[in-house]
Amino acid sequence: MTISLDPTAYLLIAAALLALSGVPGLLLNRPLFGQRSAALCAVGASILGECAVIALLGGTPGATWQIDWPLPFGPALFSADLLSTIFLLPLFLVTGCASLYSLAYWPAREKSSAGKLTLFLGLFAAAMVIVVMARNGVLFLMAWEGMALSAYFLLTTDQQDSDVQRVGTVYLLATHTGTMALFALFSLLRGTTGTFAFPLPHTLSQGVPYATAIIVTALIGFGGKAGLMPLHFWLPGAHANAPSHVSAMMSGLMLKMGVYGILRTLSFFDALPVWLGWLILLLGAWSALNGIALATGQRDLKRLLACSSIENIGIIFIGIGLALVGMQTQSPYLVVCGFFGAFIHIINHSLFKSLLFLGSGVLIHGTGTREIDLMGGLARRMPVTSPLFLIGSLAICGLPPLNGFVGELFLYVGAITDGVTAPLPLAALVAPVLALVGGLAVITFVKLYGIVFLGSPRSAAAAHGHEATAMMTGPMVLLAAGCLIAGMAPVLLMRLVAPVVEYYGNVAGDVMVQVTGQVPLVPLTIANCMLIALGLAIGAVYLRRLHRQPALYGSTWGCGYLAPTPRIQYTGTSFSELVVNLLGTLVAPRRQRPGLDCVVLPRPAQFHYEVTETVLNQVLTPVFHWTGLAFSYVRRLQHGQIHVYMLYIFVTLFVLMIWTH
Amino acid sequence: MTDIIIHCSVALLMPPLLLGVINKTKAAFAGRVGAPYFQPYYDLFKLFRKGTVFSETTTWVFRAGPVITLAATLIAALLVPLGRHAAPLSFSGDMILFAYLFGLSRFFTTIAALDTGSSFEGMGAAREVTFSCLAEPTLFITLITLARMSKSLSLSTILTYPTPANWLAAGASMLLLVGALFITLLAENSRIPFDDPNTHLELTMIHEVMVLDHSGPAFGIILYGAALKLFVLGAVFVNVALPLTTGNPLADWGIFIAAMLGLAVTIGVVESVMARLRMVRIPQLLVGATILSAFAMLLVLR
Repeated sequence: MTISLDPTAYLLIAAALLALSGVPGLLLNRPLFGQRSAALCAVGASILGECAVIALLGGTPGATWQIDWPLPFGPALFSADLLSTIFLLPLFLVTGCASLYSLAYWPAREKSSAGKLTLFLGLFAAAMVIVVMARNGVLFLMAWEGMALSAYFLLTTDQQDSDVQRVGTVYLLATHTGTMALFALFSLLRGTTGTFAFPLPHTLSQGVPYATAIIVTALIGFGGKAGLMPLHFWLPGAHANAPSHVSAMMSGLMLKMGVYGILRTLSFFDALPVWLGWLILLLGAWSALNGIALATGQRDLKRLLACSSIENIGIIFIGIGLALVGMQTQSPYLVVCGFFGAFIHIINHSLFKSLLFLGSGVLIHGTGTREIDLMGGLARRMPVTSPLFLIGSLAICGLPPLNGFVGELFLYVGAITDGVTAPLPLAALVAPVLALVGGLAVITFVKLYGIVFLGSPRSAAAAHGHEATAMMTGPMVLLAAGCLIAGMAPVLLMRLVAPVVEYYGNVAGDVMVQVTGQVPLVPLTIANCMLIALGLAIGAVYLRRLHRQPALYGSTWGCGYLAPTPRIQYTGTSFSELVVNLLGTLVAPRRQRPGLDCVVLPRPAQFHYEVTETVLNQVLTPVFHWTGLAFSYVRRLQHGQIHVYMLYIFVTLFVLMIWTH
Repeated sequence: MTDIIIHCSVALLMPPLLLGVINKTKAAFAGRVGAPYFQPYYDLFKLFRKGTVFSETTTWVFRAGPVITLAATLIAALLVPLGRHAAPLSFSGDMILFAYLFGLSRFFTTIAALDTGSSFEGMGAAREVTFSCLAEPTLFITLITLARMSKSLSLSTILTYPTPANWLAAGASMLLLVGALFITLLAENSRIPFDDPNTHLELTMIHEVMVLDHSGPAFGIILYGAALKLFVLGAVFVNVALPLTTGNPLADWGIFIAAMLGLAVTIGVVESVMARLRMVRIPQLLVGATILSAFAMLLVLR
């Protein structure tokens, strides 16, 4: 095979192009040119990368590239298999969209930080490409750190803000704790196999030394990156405070790298312990339920979206958990439906979550605030963004005829089939949990869309909101079209993912055909078409009726009250108050009621209400506070004198040398 | 083919009659003559001929809301088997689409309510999404239980499975399922004890308050859609609760229509003898229904 046909080579070129995309802007001191050339590079890399992904999915095997480097960890190995493609497919699409979007969202003409942002955006995307292609533990860790650190620099673009600094620190601590677990993971793996190169799939038996430790460290290290509960605490703040297109990439792509890591680690083993599937299923269900419960109560637009990412990661892990349980119980339905559900949801979530985050960028750009309760009436001022955001909201709720429904359909079919056939159908209980999660998602996104886009403006900022340029809405149109096409023709999605399920789940072809035949994809297309046709028909009749007898206009019915103000409207907080109170134990709402101390008339009082982050506020912050006190004496070692630091390094190395001899 | 035609015409024409029967029953309990059985049809015709007043705050979402809600409910009506006959649109896994179509219609009803910027409608929308969300697990546990009994994932098989023999064989769990489904039916359709369709105080309403600002044809579409939803969920209930079958297709249709009218009378009786629950009690009753259905599942798994 010639080099020109090798997908791995294409992917490596795309990664290099992405990594270097910000360099011209850095060197030439012409920010505008730098940003444009970087966007051009990124789009080029995306097209190149998507071509390679399509070739891989079409059956062209990716070669393994070996680069001998002088480091003592074995050669650097790059490869791309079908598992990588499921992550590369959305990666290139969203990266291309985000870098085009950044031209208008973070224009170099107005923002001096654009150069830095562009550089790290390219590095971030390139590092993620390498993460899914690395086949050597140390190379993987380097790419992983590259990804984590460039994400840190991206999210702290707005350095002056104290909130940003705080969440940046939390993120850095969380990601490095995770990386520490990964160091342990790859050391253990080397202890088992004797090399840093990844073992081939299914070559480690369950009985090898450290098997359990390897799996647990992978769950901690990668689960933390994916935002799996209870390691999700860094996520809402980090995603909320980053620039919106960075949030789109972090939420749509970076979280999936954690999922990839777990899937890759599990693929090394030929058999997995029984408890693992149930553990992943439980963690997934917990994340889905608690994530969406947290999202429901949020007042910050992007925090809400970030919490709903925890939910979606939970749904992905529910799929993986179902599949692993199915492997134990020899139930091909669970295996196939679980993996289909997980993989399809990985692609779908990248589409609609990126769409929503890019949409939130338009909102922030147009109104200057992230507070949901200060917005309102933006559908009139943003006629393009509003329907796109609605498509994203419907898709993320998993409602037909959009793509979110397809992944959940596979999970439901898997779970309910288990309920019909299994002697003790515990996995079937996933279905009511998913139903509850779906119901909560509807509450969350009705609140988000309804309060932000509908009603009357709740503040001057919202009243003067404006639509973004085509450079920002264009990428959103592309993503929304993806949601719609994948939802209307779910067979396309199934075909796309089928080779990966077959490869990763080790499923025989005839079993695949038999199981996917049970999932109503063609009937779904028919039902979706009927739904849209009926909607259009009823709509046409209604519009003709309105045309014949034109409507009158008046003000909203206010129960006879004659001086309504926009402040009378229901806010997002009041909308979700009912459900937040019901879910009190999951989301710990904190209220500060006004005291009514009055002499004659009550004095002005304040009311405060927020949904708090239990893990961060009640567990981690106190723990860190006390550890900080306990370790305060160590701080004496850190005084900012570089020559003494160099001495530390020398002494450490010297002691290690003596120790090894 | 005849069955499909009968299915479509019954599903399209019968829903408002249910409302008429409910109102007549309530009138009988109150010692009044009550409106004619066909009053809801007259109301609909009147509304479709009336003009429209839009709030200046509203956008296209407000116009699209009723239309999409009705379209989704109509598709749901095609999925559910009526009178022991398979539904026109029936496939394995249609039960999931069935549940999610109601999600879609709820999404559009509630955002149309929020589009007016009225705090009453916001209140109604918040209640509607919250209570429906709590009713959702019940529906799924019920469907899984029935799916396990009938060994199928298609509503047409699941809901025609309860025959007198099968019913008696799984008597206890069927009774529990009937109880859970009836509670869900009342909650999803905003009937007493969850919501009073005749209430006149905006602060206490759920469904009615969401549609305060709709007028003319749009309000007609909403009323018709709500009646259709009552019909569709009622048909699910009747299929499970009344497993009578004669083998004669036409007689089965007759039994079905009579059973639906009987259900309307039952709802009317419930509305006449019960008061509305306090708002804080509603979630408790809904969770109670979920637990009832979970008990039924436990009995089937045993």
